[in-house]
Amino acid sequence: MDLSVQNVTKVFQEFKAVDNVSFEVQEGHFFSILGPSGCGKTTLLRMIAGFIEPDLGVIQIRGADMTGIPPNKRPVNLIFQHLALFPMMTVAQNIAFGLQRQREKKADIGEKVERILKRVGLPGFGSKKIDQLSGGQRQRVAIARCLVLNPTVLLLDEPLGALDLKLREQMKVELKKLQAQVGTTFIYITHDQSEALVMSDYVAVMNQGSFEQVDTPQNLYHKPGTPFVARFVGDNNAWTGKIRRCDNDGTAEIVTTEGQGFHTKIDGVFQAGDEVDLFLRPEAMLIQPDPSVSGLNRFEVTVRAILFDGANSRLLANPHDSDVEMLIALPQNRQYDHIRENDKIEIGWDVKSGICFPTSLHENA
Amino acid sequence: MKYQIRWALIFFLTPVLLWLFLLIVLPHIDLLLMSFRVEDDYGEMTWSFSNYMNFFNEPIYWLTFVRTAVYSILVTFLTFVTALPVAFYITKVASPRFQGFLAMLLLLPFWVSELVRVYGWMILLRESGVINHFLLRLGILDRPVEMLYNDVTMVMGLVYTSMLFMSVPLISALESLDNSLIEAAYDLGADMWSILFRIIIPHSMPGIVSGSIVVFMLTLGNYLTPNLMGGKNSLWFTEQIYNQFIASFNWNQGAAFGFLLLVLSSLVIWTGLKLTRQKLTGVIK
Repeated sequence: MDLSVQNVTKVFQEFKAVDNVSFEVQEGHFFSILGPSGCGKTTLLRMIAGFIEPDLGVIQIRGADMTGIPPNKRPVNLIFQHLALFPMMTVAQNIAFGLQRQREKKADIGEKVERILKRVGLPGFGSKKIDQLSGGQRQRVAIARCLVLNPTVLLLDEPLGALDLKLREQMKVELKKLQAQVGTTFIYITHDQSEALVMSDYVAVMNQGSFEQVDTPQNLYHKPGTPFVARFVGDNNAWTGKIRRCDNDGTAEIVTTEGQGFHTKIDGVFQAGDEVDLFLRPEAMLIQPDPSVSGLNRFEVTVRAILFDGANSRLLANPHDSDVEMLIALPQNRQYDHIRENDKIEIGWDVKSGICFPTSLHENA
Repeated sequence: MKYQIRWALIFFLTPVLLWLFLLIVLPHIDLLLMSFRVEDDYGEMTWSFSNYMNFFNEPIYWLTFVRTAVYSILVTFLTFVTALPVAFYITKVASPRFQGFLAMLLLLPFWVSELVRVYGWMILLRESGVINHFLLRLGILDRPVEMLYNDVTMVMGLVYTSMLFMSVPLISALESLDNSLIEAAYDLGADMWSILFRIIIPHSMPGIVSGSIVVFMLTLGNYLTPNLMGGKNSLWFTEQIYNQFIASFNWNQGAAFGFLLLVLSSLVIWTGLKLTRQKLTGVIK
């Protein structure tokens, strides 16, 4: 167990930035904390790094209590949002900085710097100045500067935020590969769900100071634990409605506030008359499903706009007779090229695709 | 278009050039010529190096000269050591709401003239002064001690006079220092001293050097503070120049001393820039 956080709370002038958060990270895992800005994820990270002391709770690293230990004595290193490379030093001096503080021998330092530069794909860059590097290269120097110290846990504070999209996509894959190679435990905080989902072994979704769900990226997407997770991770279509009838096979009949009737799977205990939120992924909806397929909720929608975005293309549509806007995945296999704006098309979704929550949970979202 | 720009340039440059030429270059040329003139045995003015030779032959002159230089460097260093924590506190520790107020407090004493400030110190420090009064009252001293007219008091007065000119460039240098650099160094295992020497000082080098140049030149050319707070043994080189011009009425000798002081300050600043590997143009920015 590399990191264990137990019941950690931090209050800033009446405002609970982090509220009773507990989690554990196994050795060698890539763990992400995903949440909107202001949810307390940076505060949590800074508490692990040692810049802020928690008001309550314990942070342990490899079993050792970190209470009262300053950042320069902790076996963790932090990669800052804007990297915080030292502009007055060369690349090699930046990387050697931590090793010099540990009073390592000069020859060892030189050798370690060379080795880590090779590892992050920047051999021979040692004598360059920081302002001579591109965004991606700086990123790698920042990672090298921390990894050379062999930290137990490497903390990353949205380091990809400043990069342009193309480079960010590339760095995501690189960071994941690098983590797999070195085997260091990474804790990565981000508001970008795609970064969290692509790279992580486990993701914690954080909202208003507490964790909503800690799970694998697949489970977060397919089985969100709370309405907030369902809304925040990936796109979702949401309806509110009432249960008309519960069936014995774990499904229920739901009437939305717009008067549409759906048949969906339910998890947990519901009764007829309960208010529910129903979520449905855009890709769970099939466009013009084959009439022979049974067990689908079928209805007609009017296409309002075609949102073309390559593999991630969508249709924006209104179910007939209402102003509810829905997103429907539009696979780019040329099968649906005939669809135009204002067309009326039939949509179907499988009973098992729906995700239902009692409305009382809604207030967290 | 091209001519317009040229005319505008001439229009704005002329007053500056005139000012520089009439008030700085011309008098200096005159002083330089004067410094090479001496009265011979018949009362005639002739060309000679003897004004400069006097400086080297008479130990009191060059000893005062060396003393002034060494003390000016010391004052510059002490001012830096005092101003750095102040500037650091104002820019990085104090809450942003108080930063302006604190900087204002630093500026406030400079609204009164140097003379008044030095007299203020004299009222505090003299034998019958405020501090002696309290020390006697508290029973710490049996009889009053003269705290004025020695080198320590003089250096303190000079540091006090120079504080603002060091702290302002330091504040602006530290303001541009990203806090996350300090945090990153701390996170990488640095203690306070290595953060100071590896991050804060290298980053604020241009501010330190420009502040030091100003403080050094002001201290070297200061007349009032050494004269009023320093003792009979605390001679400052400016006092030697004053004596030559006013007391001995030997303008030629005074001019030679003035030029020696100019050479000295240029030399020390040049050496300082070389040692810290800064460029004058970069520092002025």
